[in-house]
Amino acid sequence: MVWNSIETTRREALGLASILGFAALLAPRMSFADEQTVAAEIKKLYGDKKLESGKIKLDVPEIAENGLVVPVNVEVESPMTDADYVKAVHVFADGNPLPGIVSYKFTPACGKASASTRMRLAQTQNIICVAEMSNGNLHMAKANVKVTIGGCGG
Amino acid sequence: MATKPTPRVRVPAQVKPGEIFEIKTLISHEMESGQRKDSSGKVVPRKIINKFVAQFNGKTVFEADWNPAISANPYQSFFYKAVESGEFTFTWKDDDGSDYVSKNKLTVAA
Repeated sequence: MVWNSIETTRREALGLASILGFAALLAPRMSFADEQTVAAEIKKLYGDKKLESGKIKLDVPEIAENGLVVPVNVEVESPMTDADYVKAVHVFADGNPLPGIVSYKFTPACGKASASTRMRLAQTQNIICVAEMSNGNLHMAKANVKVTIGGCGG
Repeated sequence: MATKPTPRVRVPAQVKPGEIFEIKTLISHEMESGQRKDSSGKVVPRKIINKFVAQFNGKTVFEADWNPAISANPYQSFFYKAVESGEFTFTWKDDDGSDYVSKNKLTVAA
């Protein structure tokens, strides 16, 4: 089809528009498969338990220029006493070759459920964080990181 | 690997009782992810540090399980609440079975 051609009918234009619309629909579904992998990982750890929101402060940059070194800080609200503390925190990514990034085990001796590290991200994707409290409650947080240069080498 | 991984740890020399402070650790390690291919197209085998353990006076206080998604020269920071003086033992466990250890003293004084 020639864009400026006078023969471009309304029907053709509509057809093209629908193709573009379909492509736009398809794009988020491509990462959907990886979202499933992360969901499967969480299920492997905790079964079908309910994931509540809140309590987690997941600190990642909005835009990461270099996917090889992306700082990630997780802080979970908790008094960190023997009776009430954060047991574990798992960090996942839904657009990397492997979903897992890091798993922390905290103890009340930490005083504060907070930890920072640096991760590799292959592409723009979501970071998903699940925290397990000592009473068995689960919390989840999610953040998107836009990656300019992927960190997978290759 | 060209050089032996060297851990670097920053623990405050002296803290007050009850103070919550940050411990920062860094170790030189290439963290080969097992995802890369060399020039001949062969996959470079995975070799990472898969676990970091922090102990205080022999008791485990913090653990991190690292996946290949952790950057080279891995950095890890976390918090600890001062109760008594003692010694931290930080251990990094490599895929090849070796352990890298760093010991740091902590003095708690009012």
